[in-house]
Amino acid sequence: MLNISFPKLLMIWLTVIVGLTFAMPNAFYGRVETHNDAMALIETGQTSAALEADAAQWPDFLPSSLVNLGLDLRGGAHLLVEVQVEDVYASFLEGFWPSVRDALAAERDTVGFVTREDSIPTELRVRISEPVGADRAFQIVRGLASPVASFTGAAATNIDVGINGPILTITLSEAEMAAMNERTILQTLEIIRRRIDEVGTREPTIQRQGSDRILVQVPGVGSANEIIELLGTTAQLTFNPVLGRTGEADASPGTGNILVPSLDEPNVFYILERRPVVTGEDLENAQLDFDQNGRPAVAFRFNTSAAREFGDYTLENIGSPFAIVLDDQVISAPTIQSHIPGGSGIITGNFTVEEATNLAVLLRAGALPAELTFLEERTIGPELGADSIAAGQIACIVAGIAILVYMVLSYGLFGVFANIALIINVGLIFGLLSIVGATLTLPGIAGIVLTIGMAVDANVIVFERIREELKTAKGPARAIELGYEKALSSIIDANITTFITAVILFTMGSGPVSGFAVTLGFGIMTSVFTAIFVTRSLIVIWFSRARPKTIEV
Amino acid sequence: MRLRLVRENTSIDFFSRARIWLGLSMVAMVIAFVSFLIQGLNYGIDFQGGTSIRTDSAIPVDVAEYRTVLEALELGDVSIATVDDPLFDEDQYVALVRVQAQEGDERIASETIESIQTALRTIDPGMTFPSVESVGPKVSGELIQTAIIAVGLAVIAILLYIWMRFEWQFAVGAVLALSHDVILTIGIFSELQIKFDLAIIAALLTIVGYSINDTVIVFDRVRENLRKYKKKDLKEVLNLSINETLSRTLMTSVTTMLALLALFILGGDVIRGFVFAMMWGVLIGTYSSIFVASTILLVLGVKRDWSKKDPSAGTKYGHIET
Repeated sequence: MLNISFPKLLMIWLTVIVGLTFAMPNAFYGRVETHNDAMALIETGQTSAALEADAAQWPDFLPSSLVNLGLDLRGGAHLLVEVQVEDVYASFLEGFWPSVRDALAAERDTVGFVTREDSIPTELRVRISEPVGADRAFQIVRGLASPVASFTGAAATNIDVGINGPILTITLSEAEMAAMNERTILQTLEIIRRRIDEVGTREPTIQRQGSDRILVQVPGVGSANEIIELLGTTAQLTFNPVLGRTGEADASPGTGNILVPSLDEPNVFYILERRPVVTGEDLENAQLDFDQNGRPAVAFRFNTSAAREFGDYTLENIGSPFAIVLDDQVISAPTIQSHIPGGSGIITGNFTVEEATNLAVLLRAGALPAELTFLEERTIGPELGADSIAAGQIACIVAGIAILVYMVLSYGLFGVFANIALIINVGLIFGLLSIVGATLTLPGIAGIVLTIGMAVDANVIVFERIREELKTAKGPARAIELGYEKALSSIIDANITTFITAVILFTMGSGPVSGFAVTLGFGIMTSVFTAIFVTRSLIVIWFSRARPKTIEV
Repeated sequence: MRLRLVRENTSIDFFSRARIWLGLSMVAMVIAFVSFLIQGLNYGIDFQGGTSIRTDSAIPVDVAEYRTVLEALELGDVSIATVDDPLFDEDQYVALVRVQAQEGDERIASETIESIQTALRTIDPGMTFPSVESVGPKVSGELIQTAIIAVGLAVIAILLYIWMRFEWQFAVGAVLALSHDVILTIGIFSELQIKFDLAIIAALLTIVGYSINDTVIVFDRVRENLRKYKKKDLKEVLNLSINETLSRTLMTSVTTMLALLALFILGGDVIRGFVFAMMWGVLIGTYSSIFVASTILLVLGVKRDWSKKDPSAGTKYGHIET
């Protein structure tokens, strides 16, 4: 009749105890956080009395995972950036042009002269002067293609060549673009991670989203601008030979050369050789330094091979100027005074200490393979987050008390059982959130409050059913049993439909919305569990002890 | 003595004025639709792109003054709204400044944000900006698309589930009822011009979930009673089922409402719009599961000879072993 087998009872309460144990650290948030931070540092090999003391604030045998607080609660910056992969296509084609030119020049007899036509950056257009040689030219260029390792295993080459009269159009093949995207994004992710780690904020989230986007979330940053400044620079550093200076923005630099504006001198442009002597990729280190006048500068050191190249170049070109170019701007163009053999030097410019520090960070972390576009930017101040948490807590408590009182007024002792289940329910939600390391957002708190309201629903369905059954059934035990039995289908149907919406919200939503979906989804699971098992076992335990002749629900 | 929202053994006839209720719902939906067409929604930056800055100052907000300093920047459409909340400190004055997405600018210019902040600091040098949010037109376009897909998918998924578990008439009734709820919720946001952003979509989907929850409870009872009382006509069975579940329906609405009310009053201004949407949804959802969903079921009719293949609805999932 109305009893639950002991093993089952044990399982139910064991689940509750485990769930609540995992929820517990959240009640001591600050303390556990200090412990976790200290433990993380100790694991990296650091030890100190202060760290040990911090670590001892929370016993090791207890679970220590916490519910992550979302940016809207903790404060911080959220950025969605798009990687301009077309940049990489363009620069690949740019680099491809000389080999096309040389290969065709070797067959000048059949194809004639080779010239480059203007085109959009993602294609390379080449004109040959002998249209009859077009087929030959086509074959030559096709011959330059190299195979792409693609995931499908299908043989693909990296370029597509089209021909229209005397004009050859070279574009990247689908497979190459896909492979290039993949490489670019991974590289960008890595560099973003390094740049942000250099600043040393805690627990940044750097995630790929879709094919060419990256989500960056950095807690505890006062303004997204700090991050934008850090990420907005590609930090492409090159050292190019200087051919001349001019005051005209549209001066023609000549083949193989480029016109680059100066950073601090207005209306000054440098004519540089396009091919750099050395680039930032060869840097081994960069750090803040000061020049002989005490102005901030960036000291750098090249790796061995680049140091040799740079040394040779300086030896051969004493007396001529070279330019330090950062992201298409000439930072400075000193004259080579002497042979620089060690591969180290300093970059001076009109830097502030902060700018020089940032530049050093950027140079150390490496250049971005492509420019980033900022699509979405959100900064939440920590005070606003703290206010939201406080408001959420108060609302939870008030809502909780109102519902507890209301349930007791409506269902008496059974209401008390439902209330115990409700409190356990909230604990279990936090337990689940902690176990999976979910992020709690402001809408997430609303989700919990809503769950508190809706969690009693399953109990209400059962209790109302028991009331009905009491009118007809033989005795209270049977009524309770029937009540649970008949209410089950309603409870399951009703909650599955709500759960469907939670799942859809989770998959479609981003940030705060998916945070809400997570708490809603967990809330549905725990509230069904507590209503079917916890309240029921409470009622059964009470019933088997009290053995009442009649019950009032 | 227990607190009872509903007398025991009610026998209210919910369909005596079915036409009035349906008519009322139709009129409300038409108003919602017209309002949506005429004044549209007050889209937040999530859906329209642009920048929204929350200012916090010790000096009372003078909207005209804010407007003057910002107009000098020539940023196009600027809206300034003061925010008031009982939880604020005594000398805390908060406003929300919103600037439209800059023409032809796919990316977010941090210079623009900085210039706005500098301009506003001329009013109060101690002004702080607790939140700055900027969404580019590209992302906002995608967000709105995703939102529409999400709501659509949810409705279809529910339609399929109810169809599977009940009969198609139930599924149609349930889906029409929740479309009714969604339309009326969008309608009130349009009518009152409350900010419509991503969080409201979350609220909308929760309303869908809540409303369907309510409807399913009633339908479940209808199915059970159809098997129990083979001789009663559909209208009687529907009435009986609604009456039997009325106490639960109202009970749950009240507890949910209590929770939402606490959040509405004490939860701070940031989520107030979100909570408002949900409160409205609970109200509408409760109404629609009683009046809309069941009335549609009555109109469509239900074939009743499926009792043979499934004699006991309550045991579909088996007994819980006790």
